[in-house]
Amino acid sequence: MKDRREFMKEVAAGAMLMSSGSKLGLAAIRGENTQTAKSRVVIARNPELHGTGANTATQPDEKRVQDLLDRAIEAYTGHTKPVAAWKSLVPMDKVIGLKVNGLGSKGIATHTALIMAVAERLQQAGVKPGNIVVWDQNVHFLQACGMTVNTDPGKMRAYSSDVAGWEDEQSAWGVARIRLTKILTRDCDMVINMPILKDHEGAGVTFAMKNMYGVVDKPFTLHANHCNPAVADLNCIPVIRDKVRFTIGDAMSSVYDGGPGFHPERLWYPNTLLIGEDRVALDTIAWEMIERKRAEAGLPTLEAAGRPPHYIAAAADPKRGLGTNDPKRIQRVEI
Amino acid sequence: MFSTRSLKSAAAAIAIAVTVTGAGCKKAKVDPFPASDAVAGWQKTSDTRVFAAKDLWQYIDGDADQYIQAGVVSASTSDYKYKNQVEAVVDIYTMGDQAGAHKILAGDESKSGKSVSLGDEAVAFEQSVTFRKGASLVRIVAYNSTPDSQQALLALAHGIDARL
Repeated sequence: MKDRREFMKEVAAGAMLMSSGSKLGLAAIRGENTQTAKSRVVIARNPELHGTGANTATQPDEKRVQDLLDRAIEAYTGHTKPVAAWKSLVPMDKVIGLKVNGLGSKGIATHTALIMAVAERLQQAGVKPGNIVVWDQNVHFLQACGMTVNTDPGKMRAYSSDVAGWEDEQSAWGVARIRLTKILTRDCDMVINMPILKDHEGAGVTFAMKNMYGVVDKPFTLHANHCNPAVADLNCIPVIRDKVRFTIGDAMSSVYDGGPGFHPERLWYPNTLLIGEDRVALDTIAWEMIERKRAEAGLPTLEAAGRPPHYIAAAADPKRGLGTNDPKRIQRVEI
Repeated sequence: MFSTRSLKSAAAAIAIAVTVTGAGCKKAKVDPFPASDAVAGWQKTSDTRVFAAKDLWQYIDGDADQYIQAGVVSASTSDYKYKNQVEAVVDIYTMGDQAGAHKILAGDESKSGKSVSLGDEAVAFEQSVTFRKGASLVRIVAYNSTPDSQQALLALAHGIDARL
């Protein structure tokens, strides 16, 4: 058995793997960098999140979602109390963005219960309600996530990029040449990425890195060659790389084919949260999950379907260095 | 004798009558989205949003490419609710021709669905119905299901079919 000190050392090392100098998040809070460290990804499951058998519900149970989130955050940080865990993750006096994903309509959007669970713990940890900004590309996507637009700084805010506006100046890295939402560049100090796991007609898989398509003005310009290397290059843009430091990935429900739109006949309930800082490691595990489900359903692999998510390997290459897709360098914590 | 003014008035009346009669020969353009209660139990719960092909990414970015390749001209969408129990969305894609509409319908996904008599061709699942009528492709998707939701979806689909 590892003692608490060893555990915290591993947590620190894992968290530092992706450090790129940001003053926010775990990376800045703990230990030293190391080339041998592994990227920690917590894979938290509760098979009864949506109920069982004939009582399976479309939406997950709110209390169970909160419990699962707490367990996941505790496992990630090594803290035994969720509020203490959150305090170690985010700066209390900053504006924290929650980048959700409602593109697939309310059938397959980041779940309201998860967004509210995160927002509640952030507030309990000391973040002012008005310093929490839930956002997505447009108001319809936000509504799909169960959010009502609110810009009152006295309450938790929710508004969309098309309302906040885009930077006039283009940002560029590699093939990605886009304008970024001011919510990312100006309004938020740190962003918690909250994607939802889906198959993707073009990219193969959409999860942590692909969710950044929702922070640019014209995402369709990044679709060539199955979004490769556009997804990776987009995530290399410094403001995305530095501010989007932590992912609470929603894999409570998912579509394993026909995405990113909602296809109820291809909906399944992994009842899982994927949590971590290494966006490449998270996407590597997300890809595995989609492939496992496709095989179970008798569908071809994404490679055979002509849309392998090669952008994941591109993101891991030394030129970009966004994280690791090497299974040996990913520390999976399954709870 | 008729005065010049009388002749002019008669000519104008005849012109209007011809125009109205002529217009009556063509099928008037009907909104394909049924109004609330036009189909039993269904309420239209949102305004219809319309996207030109070049703006389709704003609605279904990621999925838009396959529609563009199939020649989509525009897409319209509206939300519906059935007896306050089932929420659904109706998407109507106007394609350049019926081959384009067929191409989308005949995608892999349709192979596992149930063929139903609707429009020119149709496929149904428990929570969705997709059909083609000419160059129009209609997709109705429910966000949840109840024991009678599939029948309700088909009823709504027939209501749209009659308007296309």
